[in-house]
Amino acid sequence: MVLVLALGDLHIPHRAPDLPAKFKSMLVPGKIQHIICTGNLCIKEVHDYLKTLCPDLHITRGEYDEETKYPETKTLTIGQFKLGLCHGHQVIPWGDLDSLAMLQRQLDVDILVTGHTHQFTAYKHEGGVVINPGSASGAYSSITYDVNPSFVLMDIDGLRVVVYVYELIDGEVKVDKIDFKKTTAATHSAH
Amino acid sequence: MISDGVEDEEKWLAAGIAGLQQNAFYMHRALDSNNLRDALKYSAQMLSELRTSKLSPHKYYELYMRAFDELRKLEMFFKEEARRGCSIIDLYELVQHAGNILPRLYLLCTVGSVYIKSKEAPAKDVLKDLVEMSRGIQNPVRGLFLRSYLSQVSRDKLPDIGSEYEGDADTVKDAVEFVLQNFTEMNKLWVRMQHQGPAREKEKREKERSELRDLVGKNLHVLSQIEGVDLDLYKDTVLPRVLEQVVNCKDELAQFYLMDCIIQVFPDEYHLQTLDVLLGAYPQLQPSVDIKTVLSQLMERLSNYAASSTEVLPEFLQVEAFSKLSNAIGKVIEAQVDMPIIGVVTLYSSLLKFTLHVHPDRLDYADQVLGSFVKKLSGKGKIQDSRATKQVVALLSAPLEKYNDIVTALKLTNYPRVLEFLDSGTNKVMATVIIQSIMKNTTHVLTAEKVEALFELIKGLIEDLDGPLNDEVDEEDFKEEQNSVARLIQMFSNDDSEEMFKIICTVKKHILNGGPKRLPFTVPPLVFSSLKLVRKLQAQEENPFGDDASTTPKKNFQLLTQTIEALLNVPAPELALRLYMQCAEAANDCDLEPVAYEFFTQAYILYEEEISDSKAQVTAIHLIVGTLQRMHVFGVENRDTLTHKATGYSAKLLKKADQCRAVYACAHLFWVDDQENMKDGERVLICLKRALRIANAAQQMSNATRGSTGSVALFVEILNKYLYFFEKGNPQITVASVQSLIELVTTELQSDSASAEPSVDAFFASTQRYIQFQKQKGGAVGERYEPIKA
Repeated sequence: MVLVLALGDLHIPHRAPDLPAKFKSMLVPGKIQHIICTGNLCIKEVHDYLKTLCPDLHITRGEYDEETKYPETKTLTIGQFKLGLCHGHQVIPWGDLDSLAMLQRQLDVDILVTGHTHQFTAYKHEGGVVINPGSASGAYSSITYDVNPSFVLMDIDGLRVVVYVYELIDGEVKVDKIDFKKTTAATHSAH
Repeated sequence: MISDGVEDEEKWLAAGIAGLQQNAFYMHRALDSNNLRDALKYSAQMLSELRTSKLSPHKYYELYMRAFDELRKLEMFFKEEARRGCSIIDLYELVQHAGNILPRLYLLCTVGSVYIKSKEAPAKDVLKDLVEMSRGIQNPVRGLFLRSYLSQVSRDKLPDIGSEYEGDADTVKDAVEFVLQNFTEMNKLWVRMQHQGPAREKEKREKERSELRDLVGKNLHVLSQIEGVDLDLYKDTVLPRVLEQVVNCKDELAQFYLMDCIIQVFPDEYHLQTLDVLLGAYPQLQPSVDIKTVLSQLMERLSNYAASSTEVLPEFLQVEAFSKLSNAIGKVIEAQVDMPIIGVVTLYSSLLKFTLHVHPDRLDYADQVLGSFVKKLSGKGKIQDSRATKQVVALLSAPLEKYNDIVTALKLTNYPRVLEFLDSGTNKVMATVIIQSIMKNTTHVLTAEKVEALFELIKGLIEDLDGPLNDEVDEEDFKEEQNSVARLIQMFSNDDSEEMFKIICTVKKHILNGGPKRLPFTVPPLVFSSLKLVRKLQAQEENPFGDDASTTPKKNFQLLTQTIEALLNVPAPELALRLYMQCAEAANDCDLEPVAYEFFTQAYILYEEEISDSKAQVTAIHLIVGTLQRMHVFGVENRDTLTHKATGYSAKLLKKADQCRAVYACAHLFWVDDQENMKDGERVLICLKRALRIANAAQQMSNATRGSTGSVALFVEILNKYLYFFEKGNPQITVASVQSLIELVTTELQSDSASAEPSVDAFFASTQRYIQFQKQKGGAVGERYEPIKA
């Protein structure tokens, strides 16, 4: 069993002062094996904070990130799953599932994680999953009205992944769960 | 020479100990055989060793302790003797036959102790006798130790209230009198010690003297332990007598130590009730005495006392502790003209802490303290001493810590005036402390007035206080500071739109003075605050009367335009472009076509004139096309102009691959799913064909330069775009065109299998799988896909 934290679009300090205190108290070091962050942190302090939660940190570049060395896309393999990461402002129309699915095919991944819209979504698509963890700080977005802070925890176990969504609604953390099983048919052959 | 002196002293001490031990040996033998005469003889000889003048106080103490242990045994013996029927009065007479005065007095004290215990005479008489006779020793060290011995043996035999030695009436007064007299004499001896010996050894002597201070202070401790010393007795007798001695001795060391001692040993309640007397003594002390420390300690103790229980608070009010302390501080500072600034700061800092503890509801007191402090500082310029500066930071932090709320501290009118005495570096530190306090307590600052006041406090971070920024400022520190300001701006919020707009205007006014280095940090949070307000206003009914005073999205957009413009001089064109795009979308949501168009125009100008880095251009195009795709406010003409330009920019990017991708992304500008009037299939096809041409050119170019066909990835990407629009029902995208693209990619991959990247194979494979998948879906989609052969 491997726990992967997926989050992004924090926009600290441009649009939010910090992560919600409730999230901070939930996110403690030593519990999470990998962090994947879609980008727009935006400053080094946030990067350093994530690093304290888990040293295995993967970040792609959002358009507001002061760090310009983050890659535009990134893929990594965790257990039986291949994961793809991208901020998403490069995928037009923004947040469009069919266009994201093309990126998923391009990166040849089981799970694609993108951001930019500040709206949590998770779709099962062509035997894969497309996830947007939303904005972890609930930052203002020109795309989404009334953004609730949210992040995603993925519990990867064999061919199964359970996606937990944590959303802060009116000061209360709500958790939702989406189950996904990878079928052998969807297993991508190694090239 | 000096080492000789130390060695000699060791020798003398060894000799003294040897003599003492030898006589003690004979004394023990006499004690064992109940030979009183010999016991007295040898004990007197043993005590003669204490007559030495050759030892430093430290070494003398060692000798004294040995003698003390022996005297305990002798005292036991005397007790036994008395029990066996020996007259204690006779014994008291007998020891006075000892030849030398010092041994005689030690023996007398020892017997005296037994005498009191026997109750054959009133304790007060014996004590009086002993304390009077001790005057016989005027050598400071010998006298101090003798009296210390007297104090030691008598302390459990004082005629205190409830004590078994209590006499007929009011004998507690005698007990007090005895201790006070011993204290006075000891202090005199102690003070006189500094004059013994050559002047050049004064420093060493003062150090030695300091080591003996507890012998004197012990008396005050004994006084505090006397049950009968109630508040009245303390007020009427103990404190005035002790202070009289302290003031009159005119000795810095003694005054500092004893004032502190008084505060430490007597109960806080007594201090509170005798504040006048106690505080009255301070200005009479020697100018060199470190009054600030002593006085601070007093205030600290009283603060803790106040914190211990709310029941004691009325006492503080009743005795007007605050005004008394405040006056005393003023007088002390006046009396000690040479007091360094750190002293002044420490005193006011303690007073502030005192009032915050004791009178948390009296903000005017705290402000008064700051005001007096400012008065004392005025005319002296900025504080230079770094220790004093640190103290001022502590002083100013105290109200923040107490109230956990900057809004309360903002009411202190003298607060910003104190800041003026700090250098710019410390001003920044203070500003950071203030911001941290706000963030830690998530204090929301609700009004423009308070925001204004707050900016006054943190202006060290907002603008350059002493001329332009110097190069010495650490880049990382600067970033951290400015990011904290950006965070702070998020804490300004009010649900009332009018007030919120006022807040935003206030923030704008201040941050625009920040200069080019700060603007990239401070403009974005301001822009997003304003955009949040726009979104809120957008939901409200437009005021039909067009009231000039009320805030509107338009007013916000004017402010946003001015604010973002400030970034152009930085210059920060990429950031400005990003913010313009955010504004354009907000204007779109407000149905303000001209405003949205203006934001796009500004962004395009920046793109054309300022953004030259190819990577930055790619990101800028993503944002322009991505935003434009979402715009619905534009009429045909404006939209045409903007899409035409965007497509043109896309086709002119540096790298062919970037060109190709940007151009196929532009296809989405002509086909918007949920808008029926935005489905221009022909122009979609034009874009895709153009992208295909660029991909071809890219391939030829890499063929010529690298001898390979280069990446086929672009073709697969375009194929996917064809499929996208094919699936959406764009009539221009035919089965044949899709089919020919599939064949093209297949051929490319086969002809160039050696150099093809595995990722392209995978991409194509998953694209084929997708086609299969869609075919199997059935329904309208499956039907569309049916003719395609993958």
